[in-house]
Amino acid sequence: MQAADLFGRHPETTPAYPAVLASGLTNPEYETPAGIVGPNGKSAVKRYNVYRNNVTVSLIDALAAIFPATQRITGVEFFRAMARFYVRATPPHSPLLFEYGRKFPDFVERYEYARPMPYLADTARIDRAWLDAYHAADELPLAAQNLALVPPESMADVVFVAHPATRVVRSKFPALSIFAANRGEGPVERIETFVPEDTLITRPDQHVIVRRLPPGGAEFLTLLLMGQSLGDAAARARETSPDFDLARNVAGMIEAGVFASFRAGGPP
Amino acid sequence: MNAVTRIGNLPPQVRLRFPPFSTTGLAGTSFKHEHLQVIVGQEKHEGFFEVHAENYMGAGGPPHRALEQIRTDHPVSIHGVCMSIGGQEPLDAVHLERFRALVARYEPALVSEHLAWSTHESTYFNDLLPLPYTEATLARVAEHIDHVQATIGRPILLENPSTYIGFTESTMSETDFLRALARRSGCGLLLDINNVFVSATNHDFSAVDYLAEFPMSHVGEIHLAGHAEQTDDEGDPLLIDSHDRKVADLVWALFDSVVARRGPVPTLVEWDSSIPEWPILRAEAEAAQVILDAHAPDIRRSGDAGR
Repeated sequence: MQAADLFGRHPETTPAYPAVLASGLTNPEYETPAGIVGPNGKSAVKRYNVYRNNVTVSLIDALAAIFPATQRITGVEFFRAMARFYVRATPPHSPLLFEYGRKFPDFVERYEYARPMPYLADTARIDRAWLDAYHAADELPLAAQNLALVPPESMADVVFVAHPATRVVRSKFPALSIFAANRGEGPVERIETFVPEDTLITRPDQHVIVRRLPPGGAEFLTLLLMGQSLGDAAARARETSPDFDLARNVAGMIEAGVFASFRAGGPP
Repeated sequence: MNAVTRIGNLPPQVRLRFPPFSTTGLAGTSFKHEHLQVIVGQEKHEGFFEVHAENYMGAGGPPHRALEQIRTDHPVSIHGVCMSIGGQEPLDAVHLERFRALVARYEPALVSEHLAWSTHESTYFNDLLPLPYTEATLARVAEHIDHVQATIGRPILLENPSTYIGFTESTMSETDFLRALARRSGCGLLLDINNVFVSATNHDFSAVDYLAEFPMSHVGEIHLAGHAEQTDDEGDPLLIDSHDRKVADLVWALFDSVVARRGPVPTLVEWDSSIPEWPILRAEAEAAQVILDAHAPDIRRSGDAGR
Protein backbone atom coordinates (compact mmCIF):
# COMPACT_ATOMS: atom_id res chain seq x y z
CA MET A 1 0.00 0.00 0.00
CA GLN A 2 1.21 3.47 -0.86
CA ALA A 3 2.08 5.85 1.98
CA ALA A 4 -0.61 8.24 3.12
CA ASP A 5 -0.29 11.90 2.18
CA LEU A 6 -0.21 14.80 4.70
CA PHE A 7 -3.93 14.43 5.30
CA GLY A 8 -3.83 10.72 5.94
CA ARG A 9 -5.36 9.84 2.55
CA HIS A 10 -4.30 6.95 0.37
CA PRO A 11 -4.92 8.51 -3.00
CA GLU A 12 -3.86 5.53 -5.13
CA THR A 13 -5.49 2.75 -3.18
CA THR A 14 -9.16 3.28 -3.96
CA PRO A 15 -10.07 4.60 -7.38
CA ALA A 16 -13.21 6.70 -7.20
CA TYR A 17 -16.57 5.09 -8.00
CA PRO A 18 -17.01 6.60 -11.50
CA ALA A 19 -13.69 5.10 -12.65
CA VAL A 20 -14.54 1.77 -11.03
CA LEU A 21 -18.01 1.57 -12.52
CA ALA A 22 -17.03 2.96 -15.92
CA SER A 23 -14.21 0.46 -16.43
CA GLY A 24 -16.28 -2.29 -18.00
CA LEU A 25 -19.31 -0.40 -19.31
CA THR A 26 -18.21 -0.51 -22.94
CA ASN A 27 -15.78 -3.39 -22.56
CA PRO A 28 -17.31 -6.86 -22.16
CA GLU A 29 -13.88 -8.35 -21.41
CA TYR A 30 -13.74 -6.64 -18.02
CA GLU A 31 -15.03 -8.45 -14.97
CA THR A 32 -17.59 -7.01 -12.59
CA PRO A 33 -15.72 -4.31 -10.64
CA ALA A 34 -14.85 -4.82 -6.96
CA GLY A 35 -16.83 -2.87 -4.38
CA ILE A 36 -20.22 -3.20 -6.06
CA VAL A 37 -22.63 -5.72 -4.60
CA GLY A 38 -26.13 -7.11 -4.53
CA PRO A 39 -28.12 -7.23 -1.26
CA ASN A 40 -27.38 -9.79 1.44
CA GLY A 41 -24.14 -10.96 -0.13
CA LYS A 42 -25.72 -11.59 -3.54
CA SER A 43 -23.62 -11.50 -6.69
CA ALA A 44 -23.49 -8.34 -8.81
CA VAL A 45 -22.60 -9.92 -12.17
CA LYS A 46 -26.02 -9.71 -13.83
CA ARG A 47 -26.71 -6.49 -11.94
CA TYR A 48 -23.65 -4.80 -13.41
CA ASN A 49 -24.55 -6.24 -16.80
CA VAL A 50 -27.81 -4.26 -16.69
CA TYR A 51 -25.71 -1.09 -16.88
CA ARG A 52 -23.44 -2.52 -19.59
CA ASN A 53 -26.50 -3.46 -21.59
CA ASN A 54 -28.20 -0.08 -21.04
CA VAL A 55 -25.12 1.80 -22.23
CA THR A 56 -24.41 -0.28 -25.33
CA VAL A 57 -28.00 -0.88 -26.44
CA SER A 58 -29.06 2.74 -25.91
CA LEU A 59 -26.10 4.00 -27.95
CA ILE A 60 -26.79 1.49 -30.73
CA ASP A 61 -30.42 2.69 -30.65
CA ALA A 62 -29.13 6.25 -30.96
CA LEU A 63 -27.11 5.36 -34.07
CA ALA A 64 -30.11 3.53 -35.55
CA ALA A 65 -32.16 6.71 -35.08
CA ILE A 66 -29.46 8.88 -36.66
CA PHE A 67 -28.83 6.52 -39.63
CA PRO A 68 -32.26 5.13 -40.63
CA ALA A 69 -31.56 4.71 -44.36
CA THR A 70 -28.25 3.01 -43.60
CA GLN A 71 -30.00 0.56 -41.28
CA ARG A 72 -32.69 -0.15 -43.85
CA ILE A 73 -30.08 -1.01 -46.47
CA THR A 74 -28.11 -3.38 -44.23
CA GLY A 75 -31.00 -4.81 -42.26
CA VAL A 76 -31.38 -4.40 -38.51
CA GLU A 77 -29.18 -7.29 -37.43
CA PHE A 78 -26.23 -6.27 -39.63
CA PHE A 79 -26.57 -2.63 -38.60
CA ARG A 80 -26.66 -3.37 -34.89
CA ALA A 81 -23.61 -5.63 -35.08
CA MET A 82 -21.72 -2.92 -36.98
CA ALA A 83 -22.93 -0.20 -34.59
CA ARG A 84 -21.85 -2.27 -31.58
CA PHE A 85 -18.23 -2.21 -32.79
CA TYR A 86 -18.45 1.54 -33.32
CA VAL A 87 -20.04 2.26 -29.92
CA ARG A 88 -17.30 0.33 -28.13
CA ALA A 89 -14.49 1.96 -30.08
CA THR A 90 -15.98 5.46 -30.26
CA PRO A 91 -18.37 6.22 -27.40
CA PRO A 92 -19.92 9.71 -27.40
CA HIS A 93 -18.21 12.68 -25.80
CA SER A 94 -21.28 14.89 -25.75
CA PRO A 95 -24.52 14.28 -23.85
CA LEU A 96 -26.35 15.53 -26.94
CA LEU A 97 -26.90 12.24 -28.75
CA PHE A 98 -28.11 13.94 -31.93
CA GLU A 99 -24.46 14.99 -32.31
CA TYR A 100 -23.25 11.39 -32.09
CA GLY A 101 -21.91 9.31 -34.96
CA ARG A 102 -19.95 11.93 -36.89
CA LYS A 103 -17.19 9.38 -37.49
CA PHE A 104 -19.61 6.53 -38.16
CA PRO A 105 -19.62 6.95 -41.98
CA ASP A 106 -15.79 6.70 -42.00
CA PHE A 107 -16.07 3.62 -39.82
CA VAL A 108 -18.62 2.12 -42.22
CA GLU A 109 -16.19 2.75 -45.08
CA ARG A 110 -13.53 0.65 -43.30
CA TYR A 111 -15.92 -1.99 -41.92
CA GLU A 112 -14.90 -5.30 -43.44
CA TYR A 113 -18.35 -6.83 -43.74
CA ALA A 114 -19.71 -3.72 -45.49
CA ARG A 115 -17.25 -3.94 -48.39
CA PRO A 116 -19.86 -5.45 -50.75
CA MET A 117 -21.81 -2.19 -50.22
CA PRO A 118 -19.28 0.51 -51.20
CA TYR A 119 -22.06 3.13 -51.38
CA LEU A 120 -23.08 2.53 -47.75
CA ALA A 121 -20.73 5.11 -46.19
CA ASP A 122 -22.00 7.89 -48.47
CA THR A 123 -25.59 6.98 -47.66
CA ALA A 124 -24.65 7.23 -43.98
CA ARG A 125 -23.15 10.67 -44.69
CA ILE A 126 -26.51 11.80 -46.10
CA ASP A 127 -28.30 10.40 -43.03
CA ARG A 128 -25.90 12.32 -40.76
CA ALA A 129 -26.21 15.55 -42.81
CA TRP A 130 -30.01 15.22 -42.74
CA LEU A 131 -29.99 15.29 -38.92
CA ASP A 132 -27.57 18.24 -38.85
CA ALA A 133 -29.94 20.16 -41.10
CA TYR A 134 -32.89 19.17 -38.91
CA HIS A 135 -31.31 20.66 -35.76
CA ALA A 136 -29.60 23.64 -37.45
CA ALA A 137 -30.35 27.18 -36.31
CA ASP A 138 -33.54 28.78 -37.59
CA GLU A 139 -32.82 31.36 -40.20
CA LEU A 140 -34.76 32.65 -43.18
CA PRO A 141 -33.06 31.76 -46.45
CA LEU A 142 -31.97 34.40 -48.93
CA ALA A 143 -34.82 35.41 -51.23
CA ALA A 144 -34.24 35.74 -54.98
CA GLN A 145 -35.57 39.30 -55.03
CA ASN A 146 -32.78 40.39 -52.67
CA LEU A 147 -30.16 39.13 -55.12
CA ALA A 148 -31.97 41.01 -57.89
CA LEU A 149 -30.97 44.27 -56.15
CA VAL A 150 -27.34 43.74 -57.17
CA PRO A 151 -26.37 45.66 -60.32
CA PRO A 152 -25.27 43.29 -63.11
CA GLU A 153 -21.70 44.66 -63.15
CA SER A 154 -21.28 43.75 -59.45
CA MET A 155 -22.78 40.28 -59.67
CA ALA A 156 -19.42 38.51 -60.10
CA ASP A 157 -18.22 40.01 -56.79
CA VAL A 158 -21.10 38.63 -54.73
CA VAL A 159 -20.01 36.45 -51.79
CA PHE A 160 -22.69 34.26 -50.22
CA VAL A 161 -23.17 33.30 -46.57
CA ALA A 162 -24.47 29.74 -46.13
CA HIS A 163 -27.74 29.00 -44.40
CA PRO A 164 -26.95 27.08 -41.15
CA ALA A 165 -28.68 23.92 -42.44
CA THR A 166 -26.83 23.65 -45.75
CA ARG A 167 -24.77 20.47 -46.34
CA VAL A 168 -23.22 18.88 -49.44
CA VAL A 169 -22.41 15.17 -49.73
CA ARG A 170 -20.42 14.13 -52.80
CA SER A 171 -20.40 10.51 -53.92
CA LYS A 172 -18.91 8.26 -56.57
CA PHE A 173 -22.11 6.22 -56.22
CA PRO A 174 -25.82 6.96 -56.66
CA ALA A 175 -25.90 7.64 -52.93
CA LEU A 176 -28.91 9.94 -53.08
CA SER A 177 -31.07 7.49 -55.08
CA ILE A 178 -30.13 4.76 -52.62
CA PHE A 179 -30.81 7.05 -49.67
CA ALA A 180 -34.17 8.18 -51.05
CA ALA A 181 -35.24 4.61 -51.78
CA ASN A 182 -34.41 3.51 -48.23
CA ARG A 183 -35.29 6.48 -46.08
CA GLY A 184 -39.04 5.98 -46.03
CA GLU A 185 -41.32 3.09 -45.17
CA GLY A 186 -42.44 2.32 -48.71
CA PRO A 187 -41.13 -0.40 -51.03
CA VAL A 188 -37.49 -0.06 -52.09
CA GLU A 189 -37.34 0.55 -55.83
CA ARG A 190 -34.55 -0.76 -57.97
CA ILE A 191 -31.81 1.77 -58.78
CA GLU A 192 -31.62 1.61 -62.57
CA THR A 193 -28.71 3.91 -63.40
CA PHE A 194 -25.54 3.53 -61.40
CA VAL A 195 -24.03 7.01 -61.73
CA PRO A 196 -22.24 9.28 -59.25
CA GLU A 197 -24.55 11.65 -57.38
CA ASP A 198 -23.85 14.82 -55.41
CA THR A 199 -26.46 15.58 -52.75
CA LEU A 200 -27.60 18.94 -51.43
CA ILE A 201 -29.28 19.00 -48.01
CA THR A 202 -31.11 22.16 -46.89
CA ARG A 203 -33.84 23.21 -44.48
CA PRO A 204 -35.26 26.53 -45.63
CA ASP A 205 -38.08 26.31 -43.07
CA GLN A 206 -39.07 23.31 -40.93
CA HIS A 207 -38.67 20.57 -43.54
CA VAL A 208 -35.36 19.04 -44.51
CA ILE A 209 -34.99 18.94 -48.29
CA VAL A 210 -32.64 16.51 -50.01
CA ARG A 211 -31.98 16.98 -53.73
CA ARG A 212 -29.42 16.13 -56.38
CA LEU A 213 -26.97 18.77 -57.52
CA PRO A 214 -26.62 19.29 -61.31
CA PRO A 215 -23.26 18.74 -63.09
CA GLY A 216 -20.56 21.02 -61.68
CA GLY A 217 -22.94 22.08 -58.90
CA ALA A 218 -21.00 20.50 -56.06
CA GLU A 219 -17.67 22.10 -57.09
CA PHE A 220 -19.41 25.43 -57.55
CA LEU A 221 -21.29 25.33 -54.27
CA THR A 222 -18.33 24.08 -52.26
CA LEU A 223 -16.28 27.04 -53.47
CA LEU A 224 -19.08 29.47 -52.66
CA LEU A 225 -19.43 28.03 -49.19
CA MET A 226 -15.68 28.51 -48.73
CA GLY A 227 -16.18 32.22 -49.37
CA GLN A 228 -15.15 32.51 -53.03
CA SER A 229 -16.95 35.12 -55.11
CA LEU A 230 -19.67 34.12 -57.54
CA GLY A 231 -17.45 35.02 -60.52
CA ASP A 232 -14.46 32.96 -59.31
CA ALA A 233 -16.57 29.94 -58.35
CA ALA A 234 -18.40 29.97 -61.69
CA ALA A 235 -15.12 30.14 -63.62
CA ARG A 236 -13.75 27.12 -61.73
CA ALA A 237 -16.98 25.18 -62.20
CA ARG A 238 -16.86 25.79 -65.95
CA GLU A 239 -13.30 24.46 -66.04
CA THR A 240 -14.29 21.17 -64.43
CA SER A 241 -17.74 20.81 -66.04
CA PRO A 242 -18.01 22.30 -69.54
CA ASP A 243 -21.82 21.98 -69.46
CA PHE A 244 -22.06 23.93 -66.17
CA ASP A 245 -25.16 26.13 -66.23
CA LEU A 246 -24.61 29.15 -63.96
CA ALA A 247 -28.13 30.58 -64.06
CA ARG A 248 -29.74 27.21 -63.38
CA ASN A 249 -27.37 26.48 -60.51
CA VAL A 250 -27.84 29.83 -58.75
CA ALA A 251 -31.61 29.76 -59.19
CA GLY A 252 -31.82 26.18 -57.92
CA MET A 253 -29.67 26.90 -54.88
CA ILE A 254 -31.62 29.98 -53.90
CA GLU A 255 -34.86 28.09 -54.31
CA ALA A 256 -33.49 25.29 -52.10
CA GLY A 257 -32.54 27.78 -49.38
CA VAL A 258 -28.78 27.22 -49.59
CA PHE A 259 -27.84 30.77 -48.59
CA ALA A 260 -28.79 33.03 -45.71
CA SER A 261 -27.41 36.27 -47.09
CA PHE A 262 -24.70 37.73 -49.30
CA ARG A 263 -22.20 40.53 -49.47
CA ALA A 264 -21.83 42.72 -52.50
CA GLY A 265 -19.63 45.70 -53.32
CA GLY A 266 -16.18 44.25 -53.00
CA PRO A 267 -14.11 42.52 -50.38
CA PRO A 268 -14.92 43.37 -46.76
CA MET B 1 -16.46 54.03 -52.10
CA ASN B 2 -16.38 50.37 -51.49
CA ALA B 3 -19.01 49.94 -48.82
CA VAL B 4 -19.92 46.42 -47.87
CA THR B 5 -23.61 45.76 -47.82
CA ARG B 6 -24.96 42.65 -46.19
CA ILE B 7 -28.33 41.89 -47.64
CA GLY B 8 -30.55 39.16 -46.32
CA ASN B 9 -33.76 38.50 -44.53
CA LEU B 10 -34.03 39.11 -40.81
CA PRO B 11 -33.38 35.91 -38.91
CA PRO B 12 -36.44 34.59 -37.06
CA GLN B 13 -34.83 35.08 -33.65
CA VAL B 14 -37.96 36.49 -32.05
CA ARG B 15 -38.63 34.48 -28.93
CA LEU B 16 -42.18 33.66 -27.98
CA ARG B 17 -43.50 34.68 -24.59
CA PHE B 18 -45.40 32.03 -22.71
CA PRO B 19 -48.21 32.14 -20.14
CA PRO B 20 -47.22 31.35 -16.53
CA PHE B 21 -49.14 28.08 -16.21
CA SER B 22 -49.10 26.20 -12.92
CA THR B 23 -48.88 22.44 -12.44
CA THR B 24 -50.52 22.51 -9.01
CA GLY B 25 -52.51 19.35 -8.44
CA LEU B 26 -52.11 18.24 -12.04
CA ALA B 27 -51.16 14.97 -13.67
CA GLY B 28 -49.03 15.01 -16.81
CA THR B 29 -47.26 12.83 -19.31
CA SER B 30 -44.00 12.65 -21.19
CA PHE B 31 -44.26 14.70 -24.39
CA LYS B 32 -43.51 12.71 -27.54
CA HIS B 33 -43.47 14.37 -30.95
CA GLU B 34 -45.57 11.60 -32.50
CA HIS B 35 -48.42 12.74 -30.22
CA LEU B 36 -48.19 16.45 -31.07
CA GLN B 37 -50.87 16.63 -33.76
CA VAL B 38 -53.46 14.66 -31.81
CA ILE B 39 -52.76 16.67 -28.62
CA VAL B 40 -53.13 19.94 -30.49
CA GLY B 41 -56.25 18.65 -32.25
CA GLN B 42 -58.12 17.45 -29.19
CA GLU B 43 -60.66 19.67 -27.54
CA LYS B 44 -59.11 20.29 -24.16
CA HIS B 45 -56.38 18.61 -22.19
CA GLU B 46 -55.56 19.95 -18.77
CA GLY B 47 -52.42 17.98 -18.06
CA PHE B 48 -48.83 19.13 -18.12
CA PHE B 49 -46.03 17.79 -20.29
CA GLU B 50 -42.48 16.86 -19.43
CA VAL B 51 -39.60 16.87 -21.88
CA HIS B 52 -36.02 15.68 -21.63
CA ALA B 53 -33.93 18.84 -21.70
CA GLU B 54 -31.25 17.42 -24.01
CA ASN B 55 -33.71 16.79 -26.85
CA TYR B 56 -34.23 20.56 -27.12
CA MET B 57 -30.61 21.65 -27.01
CA GLY B 58 -30.19 21.79 -30.77
CA ALA B 59 -29.82 25.26 -32.30
CA GLY B 60 -33.22 25.24 -34.00
CA GLY B 61 -35.60 23.26 -36.15
CA PRO B 62 -38.74 21.21 -35.59
CA PRO B 63 -38.06 20.18 -31.95
CA HIS B 64 -38.28 23.81 -30.87
CA ARG B 65 -41.41 24.39 -32.94
CA ALA B 66 -43.05 21.40 -31.25
CA LEU B 67 -42.08 22.51 -27.75
CA GLU B 68 -43.20 26.08 -28.45
CA GLN B 69 -46.56 24.75 -29.57
CA ILE B 70 -47.01 22.60 -26.46
CA ARG B 71 -45.72 25.31 -24.11
CA THR B 72 -48.20 27.84 -25.53
CA ASP B 73 -51.17 25.86 -24.22
CA HIS B 74 -49.82 23.74 -21.35
CA PRO B 75 -47.52 23.83 -18.34
CA VAL B 76 -44.19 22.22 -19.15
CA SER B 77 -41.64 20.46 -16.98
CA ILE B 78 -38.01 20.36 -18.12
CA HIS B 79 -36.32 17.17 -16.96
CA GLY B 80 -32.55 17.01 -17.37
CA VAL B 81 -31.11 13.57 -17.93
CA CYS B 82 -27.37 14.04 -18.25
CA MET B 83 -26.03 16.82 -16.04
CA SER B 84 -24.00 14.15 -14.18
CA ILE B 85 -24.80 15.81 -10.85
CA GLY B 86 -23.84 12.59 -9.07
CA GLY B 87 -20.37 12.52 -10.62
CA GLN B 88 -17.09 13.60 -9.10
CA GLU B 89 -15.87 15.81 -11.89
CA PRO B 90 -16.92 19.46 -12.10
CA LEU B 91 -20.12 19.98 -14.08
CA ASP B 92 -19.76 20.52 -17.82
CA ALA B 93 -19.95 24.31 -18.11
CA VAL B 94 -21.06 24.18 -21.74
CA HIS B 95 -23.87 21.79 -20.94
CA LEU B 96 -24.92 23.81 -17.91
CA GLU B 97 -25.12 26.95 -20.05
CA ARG B 98 -27.31 25.12 -22.56
CA PHE B 99 -29.54 24.04 -19.68
CA ARG B 100 -29.75 27.61 -18.37
CA ALA B 101 -30.67 28.94 -21.79
CA LEU B 102 -33.37 26.31 -22.24
CA VAL B 103 -34.96 27.10 -18.87
CA ALA B 104 -34.81 30.83 -19.62
CA ARG B 105 -36.40 30.33 -23.05
CA TYR B 106 -39.30 28.06 -22.08
CA GLU B 107 -39.97 29.24 -18.50
CA PRO B 108 -41.06 25.77 -17.36
CA ALA B 109 -43.27 25.25 -14.32
CA LEU B 110 -40.89 22.55 -13.07
CA VAL B 111 -37.17 21.88 -13.53
CA SER B 112 -35.57 18.61 -12.45
CA GLU B 113 -32.45 16.45 -12.69
CA HIS B 114 -31.25 13.08 -11.40
CA LEU B 115 -29.21 11.82 -8.48
CA ALA B 116 -26.93 9.96 -10.88
CA TRP B 117 -23.97 10.43 -13.17
CA SER B 118 -23.49 9.72 -16.85
CA THR B 119 -20.15 11.25 -17.90
CA HIS B 120 -16.68 10.19 -16.80
CA GLU B 121 -13.43 11.54 -18.27
CA SER B 122 -15.44 13.05 -21.14
CA THR B 123 -17.09 9.78 -22.16
CA TYR B 124 -20.87 10.05 -22.09
CA PHE B 125 -22.46 6.71 -21.16
CA ASN B 126 -26.11 7.62 -21.83
CA ASP B 127 -27.33 5.93 -18.66
CA LEU B 128 -28.18 7.05 -15.14
CA LEU B 129 -25.33 5.51 -13.17
CA PRO B 130 -25.41 5.17 -9.39
CA LEU B 131 -23.12 6.55 -6.70
CA PRO B 132 -22.22 5.46 -3.17
CA TYR B 133 -23.82 7.45 -0.36
CA THR B 134 -21.05 8.87 1.86
CA GLU B 135 -20.18 12.20 3.50
CA ALA B 136 -17.74 12.85 0.64
CA THR B 137 -20.28 12.23 -2.15
CA LEU B 138 -22.90 14.21 -0.23
CA ALA B 139 -20.63 17.26 -0.14
CA ARG B 140 -19.79 16.92 -3.83
CA VAL B 141 -23.37 16.46 -5.01
CA ALA B 142 -24.55 19.37 -2.85
CA GLU B 143 -21.90 21.57 -4.54
CA HIS B 144 -23.12 20.47 -7.95
CA ILE B 145 -26.74 21.26 -7.10
CA ASP B 146 -25.68 24.69 -5.79
CA HIS B 147 -23.86 25.26 -9.07
CA VAL B 148 -26.90 24.35 -11.16
CA GLN B 149 -29.32 26.38 -9.06
CA ALA B 150 -27.07 29.44 -8.99
CA THR B 151 -26.69 29.23 -12.78
CA ILE B 152 -30.35 28.86 -13.69
CA GLY B 153 -31.54 31.16 -10.89
CA ARG B 154 -34.12 28.79 -9.42
CA PRO B 155 -34.23 25.60 -7.35
CA ILE B 156 -34.38 22.23 -9.03
CA LEU B 157 -36.10 19.00 -8.09
CA LEU B 158 -33.70 16.06 -7.68
CA GLU B 159 -34.95 12.59 -8.57
CA ASN B 160 -34.25 9.44 -6.55
CA PRO B 161 -32.67 6.81 -8.81
CA SER B 162 -33.59 3.25 -9.70
CA THR B 163 -30.50 1.11 -9.12
CA TYR B 164 -29.33 -2.43 -9.72
CA ILE B 165 -26.19 -2.51 -7.57
CA GLY B 166 -25.05 -1.31 -4.17
CA PHE B 167 -21.64 -0.04 -3.04
CA THR B 168 -19.71 -1.51 -0.12
CA GLU B 169 -18.44 1.99 0.68
CA SER B 170 -21.93 3.51 1.26
CA THR B 171 -22.40 4.74 4.81
CA MET B 172 -25.88 6.23 4.71
CA SER B 173 -29.29 5.38 3.36
CA GLU B 174 -30.64 6.92 0.18
CA THR B 175 -33.44 8.68 2.07
CA ASP B 176 -30.96 10.22 4.55
CA PHE B 177 -28.75 11.24 1.64
CA LEU B 178 -31.64 12.95 -0.18
CA ARG B 179 -32.85 14.64 3.01
CA ALA B 180 -29.38 16.05 3.67
CA LEU B 181 -29.08 17.23 0.06
CA ALA B 182 -32.41 19.04 0.22
CA ARG B 183 -31.42 20.73 3.48
CA ARG B 184 -27.96 21.75 2.31
CA SER B 185 -28.80 22.93 -1.18
CA GLY B 186 -32.41 24.00 -0.84
CA CYS B 187 -33.37 21.77 -3.76
CA GLY B 188 -36.72 20.04 -3.87
CA LEU B 189 -37.16 16.34 -4.57
CA LEU B 190 -38.78 14.50 -7.42
CA LEU B 191 -40.08 11.27 -5.93
CA ASP B 192 -40.12 8.56 -8.58
CA ILE B 193 -42.32 5.88 -7.07
CA ASN B 194 -41.55 3.36 -9.78
CA ASN B 195 -37.86 3.85 -9.01
CA VAL B 196 -38.58 3.18 -5.34
CA PHE B 197 -40.42 -0.02 -6.27
CA VAL B 198 -37.66 -1.14 -8.66
CA SER B 199 -34.86 -0.44 -6.17
CA ALA B 200 -36.78 -2.02 -3.28
CA THR B 201 -37.16 -5.24 -5.25
CA ASN B 202 -33.59 -5.18 -6.49
CA HIS B 203 -32.07 -4.46 -3.08
CA ASP B 204 -34.53 -6.47 -1.03
CA PHE B 205 -35.94 -3.68 1.10
CA SER B 206 -39.49 -2.56 1.77
CA ALA B 207 -40.81 0.17 -0.53
CA VAL B 208 -43.32 1.10 2.17
CA ASP B 209 -40.55 1.58 4.75
CA TYR B 210 -38.48 3.60 2.26
CA LEU B 211 -41.44 5.90 1.59
CA ALA B 212 -42.10 6.22 5.35
CA GLU B 213 -38.54 7.55 5.70
CA PHE B 214 -38.64 9.74 2.60
CA PRO B 215 -38.41 13.50 3.32
CA MET B 216 -41.91 14.02 1.94
CA SER B 217 -42.14 17.75 2.71
CA HIS B 218 -39.48 18.41 0.03
CA VAL B 219 -41.34 16.54 -2.70
CA GLY B 220 -42.37 18.87 -5.53
CA GLU B 221 -43.18 16.29 -8.21
CA ILE B 222 -43.92 12.58 -8.48
CA HIS B 223 -42.99 10.25 -11.32
CA LEU B 224 -44.77 7.05 -12.26
CA ALA B 225 -43.66 4.64 -14.98
CA GLY B 226 -43.71 1.02 -16.05
CA HIS B 227 -40.89 -1.47 -15.42
CA ALA B 228 -39.74 -4.77 -16.90
CA GLU B 229 -38.76 -7.89 -15.00
CA GLN B 230 -35.57 -9.92 -15.37
CA THR B 231 -33.77 -12.19 -12.91
CA ASP B 232 -30.57 -11.72 -10.94
CA ASP B 233 -27.70 -14.21 -10.62
CA GLU B 234 -29.63 -16.13 -7.97
CA GLY B 235 -32.79 -16.35 -10.08
CA ASP B 236 -34.73 -13.75 -8.06
CA PRO B 237 -36.60 -10.87 -9.71
CA LEU B 238 -34.45 -8.00 -10.94
CA LEU B 239 -36.61 -5.11 -12.09
CA ILE B 240 -35.56 -2.83 -14.93
CA ASP B 241 -36.71 0.79 -15.05
CA SER B 242 -37.81 0.51 -18.68
CA HIS B 243 -40.52 3.21 -19.11
CA ASP B 244 -42.04 1.05 -21.86
CA ARG B 245 -45.42 -0.01 -20.46
CA LYS B 246 -48.25 0.87 -18.11
CA VAL B 247 -47.67 1.66 -14.44
CA ALA B 248 -47.77 -1.49 -12.30
CA ASP B 249 -50.69 -2.03 -9.88
CA LEU B 250 -48.41 -2.08 -6.83
CA VAL B 251 -46.87 1.24 -7.90
CA TRP B 252 -50.37 2.76 -8.17
CA ALA B 253 -51.07 1.57 -4.62
CA LEU B 254 -47.86 3.19 -3.33
CA PHE B 255 -48.76 6.36 -5.23
CA ASP B 256 -52.16 6.49 -3.54
CA SER B 257 -50.55 6.20 -0.10
CA VAL B 258 -47.98 8.90 -0.92
CA VAL B 259 -50.62 11.36 -2.16
CA ALA B 260 -52.73 10.66 0.93
CA ARG B 261 -49.75 11.74 2.99
CA ARG B 262 -48.20 14.49 0.88
CA GLY B 263 -51.27 15.88 -0.89
CA PRO B 264 -51.76 16.26 -4.67
CA VAL B 265 -48.28 17.19 -5.95
CA PRO B 266 -47.86 17.34 -9.74
CA THR B 267 -47.53 13.78 -11.01
CA LEU B 268 -46.06 12.66 -14.29
CA VAL B 269 -46.49 9.36 -16.10
CA GLU B 270 -43.28 8.66 -18.01
CA TRP B 271 -43.26 6.57 -21.17
CA ASP B 272 -40.05 6.69 -23.22
CA SER B 273 -39.86 3.42 -25.13
CA SER B 274 -42.43 1.34 -27.08
CA ILE B 275 -44.48 4.53 -27.06
CA PRO B 276 -48.24 3.86 -27.30
CA GLU B 277 -50.97 5.79 -29.04
CA TRP B 278 -51.80 9.02 -27.23
CA PRO B 279 -55.14 7.82 -25.70
CA ILE B 280 -53.33 5.06 -23.80
CA LEU B 281 -50.80 7.47 -22.32
CA ARG B 282 -53.53 10.02 -21.61
CA ALA B 283 -55.55 7.35 -19.79
CA GLU B 284 -52.57 6.71 -17.49
CA ALA B 285 -52.42 10.42 -16.66
CA GLU B 286 -56.19 10.47 -16.08
CA ALA B 287 -55.83 7.56 -13.66
CA ALA B 288 -53.22 9.57 -11.76
CA GLN B 289 -55.48 12.63 -11.84
CA VAL B 290 -58.32 10.67 -10.21
CA ILE B 291 -56.05 9.79 -7.30
CA LEU B 292 -54.72 13.35 -7.02
CA ASP B 293 -58.26 14.75 -7.03
CA ALA B 294 -59.40 12.24 -4.41
CA HIS B 295 -56.81 13.63 -2.01
CA ALA B 296 -57.19 17.28 -3.00
CA PRO B 297 -58.40 19.81 -0.45
CA ASP B 298 -62.18 20.35 -0.66
CA ILE B 299 -61.78 23.72 -2.31
CA ARG B 300 -60.27 22.06 -5.37
CA ARG B 301 -62.76 19.24 -5.51
CA SER B 302 -65.78 21.54 -5.39
CA GLY B 303 -64.52 24.21 -7.71
CA ASP B 304 -61.55 24.67 -9.94
CA ALA B 305 -58.56 26.14 -8.17
CA GLY B 306 -56.19 27.56 -10.72
CA ARG B 307 -56.07 24.78 -13.26
